[in-house]
Amino acid sequence: MRKSLKSKLTPYTFVGPAIVLLLFFSLIPILIALFISFTNLNITGLGDWSSIKFIGLSNFINLFSDMTFLQSVSNTIYYVVIGVPLVVVLSLGAALMINYGQNKFFKLMRLIFYTPSITNTVAVAVVWTYMYNPNNGLINELLSKIGIPGLQWLNDPVTAKISLVILALWKGIGLNMLIFLAALQGIPKSLYEAAELDGANRWEQTKHITLPSLSFSIFFVLVTTLIGWFQFFDEPFVMTQGGPLNSTNSVALFVYQNGFQNSNFGYAAAASFVMFVAIIAATSIQFRIQKKQQGVS
Amino acid sequence: MSNSRNFIDKRNKTIISAILLVWGLVTVLPFLWMFLSSFKTNAEISQMTQSFLPKRWTFQNYENLFISGNFGVYLKNTLIITASSFFGLMLNAIAGYGFAKFNFFGKRILFLAVMATMMIPGQVTMIPVYLILNQVKLTNTLLGILLPGLVGAFSIFLFRQFMFNIPNSVIESARIEGAGEWYIFWHLVVPMSRPVIAVQGILTFIGGWNSFLWPLIIANNQKYYTLSVGLQLLQGQHTSDYGIQMAGSSFMVIPIIIIFLIFQKYILQGFSVQSEK
Repeated sequence: MRKSLKSKLTPYTFVGPAIVLLLFFSLIPILIALFISFTNLNITGLGDWSSIKFIGLSNFINLFSDMTFLQSVSNTIYYVVIGVPLVVVLSLGAALMINYGQNKFFKLMRLIFYTPSITNTVAVAVVWTYMYNPNNGLINELLSKIGIPGLQWLNDPVTAKISLVILALWKGIGLNMLIFLAALQGIPKSLYEAAELDGANRWEQTKHITLPSLSFSIFFVLVTTLIGWFQFFDEPFVMTQGGPLNSTNSVALFVYQNGFQNSNFGYAAAASFVMFVAIIAATSIQFRIQKKQQGVS
Repeated sequence: MSNSRNFIDKRNKTIISAILLVWGLVTVLPFLWMFLSSFKTNAEISQMTQSFLPKRWTFQNYENLFISGNFGVYLKNTLIITASSFFGLMLNAIAGYGFAKFNFFGKRILFLAVMATMMIPGQVTMIPVYLILNQVKLTNTLLGILLPGLVGAFSIFLFRQFMFNIPNSVIESARIEGAGEWYIFWHLVVPMSRPVIAVQGILTFIGGWNSFLWPLIIANNQKYYTLSVGLQLLQGQHTSDYGIQMAGSSFMVIPIIIIFLIFQKYILQGFSVQSEK
């Protein structure tokens, strides 16, 4: 009898430690974040709990009249709308091209395209900041060689956003390309051989065999990329601190600035919840669309 | 007919190779520029037009990293955090096995809870986690920096997927011979899971080496900074000294690229996400 009790408890010794850590650093924090988003918790409240006041929806109401927040929201939407389709199209394009050949050259390209994904965002952001420098940066120098006048890149509100997107694309394509390549290699060769016999050319094969076979991978990349761009943080944090004129600030950076630079924990938690709800909404819309498409085909 | 098809295929392959070559060059260019600039003198780097290769090679920038830039301390902290993250990897593997091969009360709901944590953005948890760690006096300690990211749902999920496919008969026959559950895990399951441990191990190393957000939030004292937080500080302090910035970046990026090149065949295979049948 004792042995059976012991063997009943064994599974919990396996999953227990990981679950306890996730509980304390992921699940409970969500509840705390929700709670403090309805309070005025700030640096004073941290030292003296009695000064924390429950202020209802005030944080949320203030957020939507805070120009900085609204600007961050519209910047984040810009990042998502521009960034997500570009990542999907470019990484799929890279995967299709690399899948075209099998020799050393194509293998080398696969390696090169993936490398930016594993490097530290801070380090590459520092490098790109230097390359974007309007006076002695590499990019303007190369542009001037082919007779194109240089841009202000990170110093101009219009180009700054695009500059950050370019860096994020450079870094983000590789991983997704590998996901597409793995899926491409899983498509049975017999499908192509049959199409070849029917006289289908390369483009027709891509359209009717390759792309439909990739639908799950495309969906996966779409969802993960979308979530990633909603949380866009490292690049604006290192390169522009949200400037110039708040033009590159993202919601994630807004949360950090208000939480850790201004110590308005309650206000920042409210902003983080707005972001969380937006992510859940966007993701579930995608799941809906995916389900519908599967129902049709 | 077949000849013209061959000709078209060959022409397409040439065009595609050319596109890939240009794209590949654009992709490596930042790395080359970073590495070469890190050996340039400051006088050379502040000129309006620069040559690609340094005119006079210097190691001064790297020396400055360690003398005035405090990189020795950051390196030590980063290595401690990276090493500890392998303890987290072990916890993930153990939990993955628990979910793959045991039946127990509450398994479904616990696994769902683990998966749900994947959807929670770091920005939502960062304030409460900071408050929790502050409450137990772990802010400004290395333990506080590494605890929040120690285990990860995605890693648990990948371990579970892999270990699920280990035949039950192997485990059962070991049980009949009287082996304990932990003995079975360490002596049977772990050796059989080498491929997934290899991929996860490399990704753990890269993740630990690159860790940025938690060290940034939890460490207020330079004593506990990691390389990436230190590099970010360096950029703020030496705004126009691009030589030392490029040396710092190279110091972070080059080791990872070398490790990646050594283990690439494990990493590049580990990315199949096809839906489960």
